[in-house]
Amino acid sequence: MDLIDSLVGIAPGSALDAIRARRAVARDQSEASYRALFAPAVPGELSLAERFAIGAYVTGLHGASPTADHYRAALAAQSPALSEAVAQAIAATAGTGPYGRFPAGPLSAEDAPGAEAALPLAVAEALGPRLAAALPHAHFLVFHPRDAAPERFAPLLAAGWSTTGIVTLSQIVSFLAYQVRVVAGLRVLVDTLAEGAA
Amino acid sequence: MTDAILRPEGHTVPAVFTRAQLDWLPWLEPMPEAALTPEHVAALVDPARVKSGYFRLLVRDPAALEARTRTDKDIFYNTEAGLPRAERELAAAAASRLNGCIYCASVHARFATTYSKRQEDVDRLLAKGTGAELGERWNAIVAAAVALTETPMRFGPEHVARLRAAGLNDLAISDLIHAASFFNWANRLMLSLGEPAT
Repeated sequence: MDLIDSLVGIAPGSALDAIRARRAVARDQSEASYRALFAPAVPGELSLAERFAIGAYVTGLHGASPTADHYRAALAAQSPALSEAVAQAIAATAGTGPYGRFPAGPLSAEDAPGAEAALPLAVAEALGPRLAAALPHAHFLVFHPRDAAPERFAPLLAAGWSTTGIVTLSQIVSFLAYQVRVVAGLRVLVDTLAEGAA
Repeated sequence: MTDAILRPEGHTVPAVFTRAQLDWLPWLEPMPEAALTPEHVAALVDPARVKSGYFRLLVRDPAALEARTRTDKDIFYNTEAGLPRAERELAAAAASRLNGCIYCASVHARFATTYSKRQEDVDRLLAKGTGAELGERWNAIVAAAVALTETPMRFGPEHVARLRAAGLNDLAISDLIHAASFFNWANRLMLSLGEPAT
């Protein structure tokens, strides 16, 4: 069983196990993506604690779920202090998406302006400068990615993030937007299968 | 100089959703072609991607890019049973329309049109958004992609029931969950790391 199997509750030999086996490459490479981002051969610029802090924050912003529990537990094992700070960051900045502005023109009628993340000062201090820059960037990616602008990289670069580090940060947040949805979607599907069998 | 924000000039950013071929210009420095090692080239998977600024930026984290790319290709190109390719592309276009990724929507609207031959319906999705009337089967697919794309996700058993009533089996529903979820990954990278251009 890989992480998605475990978070969905897919037993070996079950109907959903057989469905996932029909897409074996996607199954293996989803797990390989998780390992590349959360158990990298060389951590590089992002420590494991930073990776799981971002993971716990991003999945927490999507609401309570087994996926969020997984990343919160992994972060707590790395750093209880960071885990507490991330929990406070989630509570202070949770919302609903997607919102944001389109390029000016006919689509402006669909603009839905919304909030930027504002971390309480004590939370930002507990996170440290790198994560205090990364979490607001993650919040933008989760809730209003169409508000993208090159200037959004300035706080990350000022906090010591390199271009390569920003690529990894962007992949972590964006991959989790995928993983949390696959798990949520397959959990709904597996529940309907169970009802059908009952 | 690699850790600087790029501000491309001399192009027009499209202000509407379109099926036209668009360029994409990075806001962070891609790896120079001459600096790519065999590991980087392998991580690009498709050798032609050495010419793409988008993929040469993402290849700064080669392990993450390679697993992402192999996940993508299996979700969309492994058409052994399950959801037809046209409707995987429809789900990708719908997620991109809702998130606001004009570049991603252009690519997958073209694919959806090619594989479905339903150019007018695809254009209606681009012009009117995810509430466009596309006939019940496509409406059900778009509604499921929307419910999965919203944060927090709203996808529930009612979506599965509607998809089954529209003729999708469990493998097809799983394919749809993966296609919509994957575009929540892809949209965030494309939107946040650069801009579309004509």
